[in-house]
Amino acid sequence: MKLRRTMRAALKALRRNPMRAMLTTLGIVIGIAAVIAMMEIGAGSSSQLKKSIASMGANVLLVIPGSTTSTSGVSQGSGSTVTLTPRDCEVMAAECPSLRAVAPMVRARTQIVYGNRNWVPNQMVGSTADFLEIREWAVAEGECFSERDVLNSSRVCVVGQTVADELFQGESAIGREIRVNNVPLRVVGVLARKGAAMMGMDQDDFLIAPWTVVKYRISGSTLTNANQSASGGSSGSTNTLSNLYPSDPPSLYPEQSDTQAQNSPMLVRFTSIDSIMAAARSAEQIPSAMQEMKQVLRRQHNLRTGQEDDFEVRDMAEMTNTLSSTTMLMTNLLLSVALISLVVGGVGIMNIMLVSVTERTREIGLRMAVGARGRDVLRQFIIEAVLLCLVGGALGILVGHGGSLLVQMFLRWPVETSPSAIAAAVLVSASVGIVFGFYPAWKASRLDPIEALRYE
Amino acid sequence: MDFIELRDIHKTYHMGDVDVPALRGVSVNIAKGEFVALMGASGSGKSTLMHIMGCLDRATSGRYWLDGEEVSGLSADRRALVRNHKIGFVFQSFNLLARTTAIENVAMPLGYTAGHLSERQARQRAVEVLERVGLSDRMRHEPSKLSGGQQQRVAIARALVNRPPLLLADEPTGNLDSRTSEEILRMFRQLNESDGITIILVTHELDVARYARRTIHIHDGLIVDGEYGEAGQAGGQSVPQPATGGAT
Repeated sequence: MKLRRTMRAALKALRRNPMRAMLTTLGIVIGIAAVIAMMEIGAGSSSQLKKSIASMGANVLLVIPGSTTSTSGVSQGSGSTVTLTPRDCEVMAAECPSLRAVAPMVRARTQIVYGNRNWVPNQMVGSTADFLEIREWAVAEGECFSERDVLNSSRVCVVGQTVADELFQGESAIGREIRVNNVPLRVVGVLARKGAAMMGMDQDDFLIAPWTVVKYRISGSTLTNANQSASGGSSGSTNTLSNLYPSDPPSLYPEQSDTQAQNSPMLVRFTSIDSIMAAARSAEQIPSAMQEMKQVLRRQHNLRTGQEDDFEVRDMAEMTNTLSSTTMLMTNLLLSVALISLVVGGVGIMNIMLVSVTERTREIGLRMAVGARGRDVLRQFIIEAVLLCLVGGALGILVGHGGSLLVQMFLRWPVETSPSAIAAAVLVSASVGIVFGFYPAWKASRLDPIEALRYE
Repeated sequence: MDFIELRDIHKTYHMGDVDVPALRGVSVNIAKGEFVALMGASGSGKSTLMHIMGCLDRATSGRYWLDGEEVSGLSADRRALVRNHKIGFVFQSFNLLARTTAIENVAMPLGYTAGHLSERQARQRAVEVLERVGLSDRMRHEPSKLSGGQQQRVAIARALVNRPPLLLADEPTGNLDSRTSEEILRMFRQLNESDGITIILVTHELDVARYARRTIHIHDGLIVDGEYGEAGQAGGQSVPQPATGGAT
């Protein structure tokens, strides 16, 4: 009741000098608008930055098999056991909510041949389409192979820019057939250029094919020969046929015929993969993702409690640190910019309020003469300041938001609306009003009514 | 006990190292319903005395009872309350809020202590008082659209809106021409006679003081004349007495 009346009195007082009120508000409008615009543009840039760092693989988690140490104490180094299976990969994808995508990885390193040219890609990976998704790698031309290609171990592949340049010399790569270890693979897509990795390795010197193809056809695992259900409807004979050139050394043991193979079927397919690559949904979820992956893998591998892990989950600590420190830097930068503009706005408010107190000395004296106590005057001036700041804050939000939208429209900068910045702006503008309005208000409340009435 | 009772009021201002006495032992009794003029040359201490009577200032020493309540020792906040409830002020320069309608000017004091009144009741009261001072047709005008006399009438209405028993007027006609002055002074007299409001009029003009029923002369911080009024004495002016120097 009392407050409403004071508020109304403050409103009336403000309306009596609209020019002054407007100028005061302008300071806060500019301050808050600057904060909002900086926050929105900054948040946009920050998330863009995060995204680019993330696309370098900051959120990527790698599972590799554990190491073995022989009885003589010679350690074989990490990855020397073979424990990961495609099944691990599927279960992980289904049961780890913190993971965005999971892809198995099989590596190979062989020569590829097209026509009279040949090349050895730096990296030859057998995986699924999810691999490209994890690496956030777009297909520039053509398309990626499908899940069905993986299941059928279709002889298709997607190549990086360097490989395409080396083999096709500017011609379109799509639909060409290259031979990899004498297995013909049809190029269905060319990847976008990614450039060098942090260590200088050319990332575009790359070939990806369905992991089943790399595993069973290219790496030449003998499992393929033994497997009855080898995909593509072609059993052992496929491999002999695909050996167009007799480059392989003659086999020491006679090959099994189809009949022989059928007589000794291998019912369980103990397939191993080299490693598993996964991407966490965000940098914040990396720890929980690692936890979930460990749990799933321990269960899958039937490890008892207390038994050591037969695998290792690794994150890109360097990149993650870069990411978090960049984010921190951006946040601090934004905060300091915001604070400076708010202080400027606040000092503006204080100035005008001080001028206002001096200008209205007689009015204050009169109000005191008719019975206003010091605290009534104090309250009135603080409420005036807060009202100005709130109105200024509201206008500032509109102006700042409009400004950032304009920036987005004309400069094409990424912009992100942040409700927290808006809430903070409202809160801050009210507190700026209280903090910077207090001194002038206090000064007004300490006036001597006689002196004030006599003031010219 | 009279409505206003001042006992041996001293007031000293400190100007740097020098003490300047403004009042040097003033004792005055004013009964309820009196119309008193406080006269004196500038620098005589009449404004200081009015400020103390109006609870705007505190005496350095001495005691002051207003309406049976000792107010000399009250805190600033309590004095503000006394001013709001018991005293109405009229100033030489009107002191109206600019760009504020007459009604809002008059209703302004109600905002501080009359929490029991709704906004509508407050406005209603302001309208009534403005009608009393004869400004019913100018209630929505801002001070800049009013003549000096009208502005002073708004100021009187503002002083009356809290229905105070005491009205303090500090040179109320100082900025007005003689014809308007007369109107205003007649209004004071009418308020005094019909409503029984005690009025203290500070002035240095004899013409103005003549409207009062009793005149207190003050000179160099001492009351030289009109120290003891007679409450019952109606109509006539106080009889001039030989100046005998102050103190009880």
